[in-house]
Amino acid sequence: MTAPLAVFFVLAALAVIGAVSLILQKHPIHSALSLIVVMVALAGLYLLLGAEFVAAVQIIVYGGAIMVLFVFVIMLLNAGVEERTSLSKMAGAPGLLLVVALAGFVAATIAKSTESVHAAPQTGEIASTSGISNMLFKDFVYPFELTSFLILVAVLGAVVLAQREKS
Amino acid sequence: MVPTNYYVILSAILFGLGMFAFIFKRNIITIFMSIELMLNAVNLAFVAFSQALGKVDGQVFVLFVIVVAAAEAAVGLGIIILIARNRQTLNVERVDLLKL
Repeated sequence: MTAPLAVFFVLAALAVIGAVSLILQKHPIHSALSLIVVMVALAGLYLLLGAEFVAAVQIIVYGGAIMVLFVFVIMLLNAGVEERTSLSKMAGAPGLLLVVALAGFVAATIAKSTESVHAAPQTGEIASTSGISNMLFKDFVYPFELTSFLILVAVLGAVVLAQREKS
Repeated sequence: MVPTNYYVILSAILFGLGMFAFIFKRNIITIFMSIELMLNAVNLAFVAFSQALGKVDGQVFVLFVIVVAAAEAAVGLGIIILIARNRQTLNVERVDLLKL
């Protein structure tokens, strides 16, 4: 087994364990910490794939900003242990069936298309940060400007939603 | 070189786990976190295909997905705070005003 493959399996196991832990933990703050483990493992996988910029953004935005927001809200609302209620009829057998069907469909599609994706020769410069910024500011400049508008709307929405109503 | 298939299979596993958590968890914050898990799984597939095809497009899309996820987290957590304030609970079973 080569070194990249070993690193891949370690990081993949870490990500899957974190995701399973997110499901099994009863307390939301434990789930949030499990999700941070998944995100750091995914950042490692991005580094392995040669996407340094995406790995850095993953750590800074996901691991830093978004998860801090989650932990902050959990502490603000003083969220306790998840209370057990009987599952609704929709979430019981049909939900499990849906998950299994989706997993089977995805697995079958991947198994069928094994040969269709050939690993391209590693070109170090094409996936570099300058390549990304060239594409972002030339080909995708309108979507990029639209995302700034989206963030503005989201900030306004969050402020309006979370402010105390005057009564 | 790690085969691209491995990355896509890992992405599918993570997406399935996220969907499982989305359906079976009862805490609204945990449900929100499982959505983030699914978005991360899709991001992994994007980057893996971007590397396999030797194009940068996939990584640019990942940046857009992260931006949308950040905006979604801000608005969604605002809604969660409102629900917690009005209903005094975080359990989705008890947020049932639209139910007959």
